Amino acid sequence: MRIGVPKETHAGERRVATTPEVATQLVKLGFSVAVESGAGAAASYSDEAYRGAGCEIIASKSELWERSDLVLKVRAPEGDEAAGLRADQTLISFVWPGQNPELLEQLTNSGATVLAMDSVPRISRAQKMDALSSMANIAGYRAIVEAAQHFGRFFTGQITAAGKVPPAKVLVIGAGVAGLAAIGAAKSMGAIVRSFDTRPEVKEQVESMDAEFLMLDFEDDEDGSGEGGYAKVMSAAFIEAEMALFAEQAKDVDIIITTALIPGKPAPKLITAEMVRSMRDGSVIVDLAAEQGGNCELTRPDEVVEANGVSIIGYTDLPSRLAAQSSQLYASNLRHLLTDMTPEKDGSIVVDFEDEVVRGATICKDGETTWPPPAPKLTAAPPKAEPAPAPVVEEKKPSVAGPIIATVVAGFALLGLGAVAPPSFMAHFTVFVLACFVGYMVIWNVTPALHTPLMSVTNAISSIIVIGALLQISSANNLIMWIAVATVLITSINIAGGFAVTRRMLEMFRK
Amino acid sequence: MINAGIVTVSYITATVLFILALGGLSHPETARRGNWFGIIGMAIALLATVLGVVTQHYALLVGALLIGGSIGLVLARRVQMTQMPELVAVLHSLVGIAAVAVGFANFMDPDKHFVGIELTIHDIETYLGILIGALTFSGSVIAFGKLSGRISGSPLLLPARHWLNLLLLLGAIWFGREFVLQSAAGGGMTPLVIMTIISLLFGIHMVMAIGGADMPVVVSMLNSYSGWAASATGFMLSNDLLIVTGALVGSSGAILSYIMCRAMNRKFLAVIAGGFGTGGGAAASGGGADQGEVVPIDAQETAALLAGAKEVMIVPGYGMAVAQAQHTVFEITRVLREKGVNVRFGIHPVAGRMPGHMNVLLAEARVPYDIVFEMDEVNDDFPEVDVSVIIGANDIVNPSAQEEPDSPIAGMPVLEVWKGATSIVLKRSMATGYAGVQNPLFFKENTRMLFGDAKETLDEVLKTL
Repeated sequence: MRIGVPKETHAGERRVATTPEVATQLVKLGFSVAVESGAGAAASYSDEAYRGAGCEIIASKSELWERSDLVLKVRAPEGDEAAGLRADQTLISFVWPGQNPELLEQLTNSGATVLAMDSVPRISRAQKMDALSSMANIAGYRAIVEAAQHFGRFFTGQITAAGKVPPAKVLVIGAGVAGLAAIGAAKSMGAIVRSFDTRPEVKEQVESMDAEFLMLDFEDDEDGSGEGGYAKVMSAAFIEAEMALFAEQAKDVDIIITTALIPGKPAPKLITAEMVRSMRDGSVIVDLAAEQGGNCELTRPDEVVEANGVSIIGYTDLPSRLAAQSSQLYASNLRHLLTDMTPEKDGSIVVDFEDEVVRGATICKDGETTWPPPAPKLTAAPPKAEPAPAPVVEEKKPSVAGPIIATVVAGFALLGLGAVAPPSFMAHFTVFVLACFVGYMVIWNVTPALHTPLMSVTNAISSIIVIGALLQISSANNLIMWIAVATVLITSINIAGGFAVTRRMLEMFRK
Repeated sequence: MINAGIVTVSYITATVLFILALGGLSHPETARRGNWFGIIGMAIALLATVLGVVTQHYALLVGALLIGGSIGLVLARRVQMTQMPELVAVLHSLVGIAAVAVGFANFMDPDKHFVGIELTIHDIETYLGILIGALTFSGSVIAFGKLSGRISGSPLLLPARHWLNLLLLLGAIWFGREFVLQSAAGGGMTPLVIMTIISLLFGIHMVMAIGGADMPVVVSMLNSYSGWAASATGFMLSNDLLIVTGALVGSSGAILSYIMCRAMNRKFLAVIAGGFGTGGGAAASGGGADQGEVVPIDAQETAALLAGAKEVMIVPGYGMAVAQAQHTVFEITRVLREKGVNVRFGIHPVAGRMPGHMNVLLAEARVPYDIVFEMDEVNDDFPEVDVSVIIGANDIVNPSAQEEPDSPIAGMPVLEVWKGATSIVLKRSMATGYAGVQNPLFFKENTRMLFGDAKETLDEVLKTL
């Protein structure tokens, strides 16, 4: 099949749906890849690099769309793009069918097969194709970079000859993928990072990144985990407690990154104009929810607003501002999806509705809308475990009876032996018991690393049994003599072999 | 040529030297000297016996010593470190057959004069020496077959095998009684031969029923038996040197068996009874629940992870020996250490097919022993480890030993690799380990699977580094 990668048409979009590196891997899957001239230019991938990766460069957009069986894009198709789609073509891109019902209808009517990267189900297996996470990660990182750009101070604290520099305090609201990326970036720049999330299970993740997880002073243990690992709408009382926390934090922190989103709903308003007013001059708010209306009341999408000395950044194209990185991750997500859809590696994709990931991502096929998909079988968050009653641990006390009986039996056996055995036997028996104890003491001191040499050396010395054969070798009885000779032969193999191999092994142990 | 007193003194010297030889093994530095003590002790004992006891047939004696010695030296030189368990098994079988031969020869010796209780005790000693010797011999031969792959490593489970064992044991006791009775009347050869066959069968059956990964226990158990066989022979010959040496070896093997069993949290008798994972119903479950998905990784990414890490822990298992990957592992270690990465090795006591197997392999690959650590030494450090590399190991890194109380391996001490930042598991496929238990480690979020032959993939990692 022939893959076509057009230049993105959306104003300001710098990303591209494949990179030269990923294109080579697509070629390995059996596809031929065509790229529109200049498609990767804004993300620093030249036509030359694509050609080097085995791609064909096509100058005309219409020709590219015309000749491709499978079109890979970043943004949802716009205008002509959607109109030109044919029934025998497949398109993979972000679509947001929930927000764009007209587009979904148009795509359905074209008869083409369309897979939306935003609809890939959030199950463990699909993590490698989860473009939303890839983009959220980049957005979170970039949010800190943007914040640093507008923040007139260091992030890290320093003691300099000229005086002390306090570290910046960063509050990250919503510890999803973007939030965690922001925490990581801010932390590595040296800031003090705090984070809040309605889902208590992320506390561990936040703390694992060395940030502080803010807890609500709230009676009910309300859990904000919704389906698919996203947050859900919380109760009024909860929101009140939450707002109080933010109001208090706003006075203290220098930078606020908000990433709170609830699927299918406008973004919750968490930072009021009042709170913005309470912040110090020079503070920065980066609102990652700007596209869905913003978490801050004063956010305006795609703009930087100055209010009371606070910069409120509402960029909605943060991934695109890190175009080379986001193109590479997005292209890799696409490649993982295509790898799964090309089981034969023969360059032809199979849209298999038995595959949960493909089923979830496919929004229309053969003129029929297949969105929304049936509910996913698995969610990213594990099902909540019911607090089971603590199991009653039965403490098994080691029975004292066993050892006592054993000792008594052994004692009587020894007494019996002593009663009948001749003194010469008892002398040997004494030696034997003492030797066992010496062995016990000595062997526990052996370092476990030398257990193999221990076995080979004990092997060598246990062939001391050769003494027995030597006692017999002078026998007048020919049979006994020959048995003894054979035994000497066998045991001398053991003696020489055992000691030699031990020596060889010990030579190898070195510092 | 020399009198009995000097022979005895020489034997005492040899005994002391043997104890020093074992004592030297407490540290690699002193171990080499210890081995020399052993050699000197053996030489003194042999010389004293040859000079003090042997009266004729010197030519045959020296010939046998030379031929046997050369065979032994050649074996020791040729053997590969991965084949050490096989060699040890072969050597055990030789001690076993020697004990049988000495026992029979002693029984046939017309010069011995015992009466009454002394005869009974002597007969029992002879009988025990031959019994343990025969058991050691056949058991070691089967163990050798299993270790070298000539016999399938999976346990052979005959129906009613416990009854069969009991039957064999009762048979051995009954023929023992017969032997003592007939010996008093001047005969006894027939029950002795029958008993020898019984104990040969017992040895075969016992080891056949034990699976591949229980081999460390079997090998150390056979080590122990060979010692007890020597000790019983010593009683028979009224020779203290044999008694002491046999007791030393016997207790050494017994302690090793105990250490191995403890490392698997299993009862010694349960291991010997054989058939792990097939009895007791609860076994081989745990794979039923959906465990989630594994995340594969390729060699290049592995190399990048390793190069970026500060603390690397390598956990080798039997798979490393199979793939002969230890040299590549060392090269990777060397490259990483030159880059300033702190590379350490974490060794589980039962990793491999015999006690200390991994240590020897790593030593062969010239890994310095001061970066090779025991499980208990490193288990607390895993939270600080950036990357753990698990090479051909499975059950010894299975978190269900700690997390699932009904798992067949519950309670077994394991290396807690999952507490590190990232674990990379090298594995040929998703097959379960010896215990037949699915390993939840593979499905953990911070685990990456590197599929393929350990040697080839590691070569690729090395190339990338």
